Amino acid sequence: MNLTLKVWRQSGPDDDGRLVRYEIEDVSPDMSFLEMLDVLNERLILAGDDPVAFDHDCREGICGMCSMMIDGVAHGPQKNTTTCQLHMRHYKDGDTIVIEPWRARPFPVVKDLVVDRSAFDRIIQAGGFISVPAGSAPDAHATPVPKLDADAAFDAATCIGCGACVAACPNGSASLFTAAKITHLGLLPQGQPERGSRARAMVEQMDEEGFGGCTNTGECTAVCPKGIPLDTIARMNADYLRASRKSG
Amino acid sequence: MAVSGAVLVFFLVAHMAGNLKIFAGAESFNGYAAWLREVGYPLLPHRGLLTLLEAGLVVAIAAHMYSAIVLARRAAHARPVKYAAKVRSRADGYATRTMRWGGVIIFFFVIYHLLDMTFGVANPEGHAATPFDRMVAGFEPARWYITVFYVISVVMVGLHLRHGLWSALQTLGLARRHPVLKAGATGLSALLTIGFLVVPLAITFGVVR
Repeated sequence: MNLTLKVWRQSGPDDDGRLVRYEIEDVSPDMSFLEMLDVLNERLILAGDDPVAFDHDCREGICGMCSMMIDGVAHGPQKNTTTCQLHMRHYKDGDTIVIEPWRARPFPVVKDLVVDRSAFDRIIQAGGFISVPAGSAPDAHATPVPKLDADAAFDAATCIGCGACVAACPNGSASLFTAAKITHLGLLPQGQPERGSRARAMVEQMDEEGFGGCTNTGECTAVCPKGIPLDTIARMNADYLRASRKSG
Repeated sequence: MAVSGAVLVFFLVAHMAGNLKIFAGAESFNGYAAWLREVGYPLLPHRGLLTLLEAGLVVAIAAHMYSAIVLARRAAHARPVKYAAKVRSRADGYATRTMRWGGVIIFFFVIYHLLDMTFGVANPEGHAATPFDRMVAGFEPARWYITVFYVISVVMVGLHLRHGLWSALQTLGLARRHPVLKAGATGLSALLTIGFLVVPLAITFGVVR
């Protein structure tokens, strides 16, 4: 199939950037979206042009590197899917596809479609961990975890930190990401001692990074490649409020 | 947003219950209006409790608007560069997308509503008439366009509540099983919408005269 791409090109953080139109021929429906961009880049290199920079790593849908706003939808039209797992069979001959980077002040564009997501790392550094003496691995059943809690914690832990929630949120809020981490650790016995301080520190770091406020629109969970539920945000709010009441 | 909104929801429930007294006749409706001004007398002065409640409402509305403006400004700050492609909503919720502008429309409706029913400026019977006469005159069949305006506004309030009720529980960290709560929020919004709509419609269609 033949497609028209409008790709955001920006040479660096200080460039204004613009959408550039590319015609691409003979796209196979079996290609992944990123493979289609690989083909475009090979042609650009052969023509002596600068290839389109985009983040990618595992291409198996689990690393959280790929990050593209495709026709106004984070990760494109397929639900519960990262961009790398989106295949060209979802498009038809003659389609025009607009590809943009995530848009948020805390995610500045590095080049073309690549954004700097270090803000997420700083939120994790603020409290997304448990403090334990690291030594030999503990016995498997040393700390019993109720099955339902283990399952819910695991669901939250599947967050890959791709940032689609921020990209899709009309408020540019990072609540779903932060809530997934707080839920993951807050449901497990190992996470209890720091539960309150963790929620406060992570929420405060999230606000400090310049993310917007959550208005519960649900756009985040709708595009999340891992389907992190909105309930996690209620849990984050509950932990944050409880911790704030205790320490005033 | 959540706390000030909750205050306004409790007010709406009481307001709707009071409105429905119109079906019990003029005496009952006017009696209720008079009672509102006399609650607690002589312990409290005339209109004591009512004035207190009115002040509380003004504070709640101001806090609600202030929170909305802060959130909108934070959102604008968080996304300095807009998307070139039209951002497509993937979540279900017309109600959710109309919160901000719907809120503005509701604000103007409330102003008109106060001029009409409270101060009587925009009402054919004026301020001196009894509450029942003001209500009936306000929605008389000849003023059908006023009824249409009220119906549209009340539906806007219903949509605002549909997202707002559930969202408030979520913000306060109470919404854990959200399909159940979402259904509850929809139910209560529908109940309030219908409760508010039957009164003007009943008057316009001549059921109450």
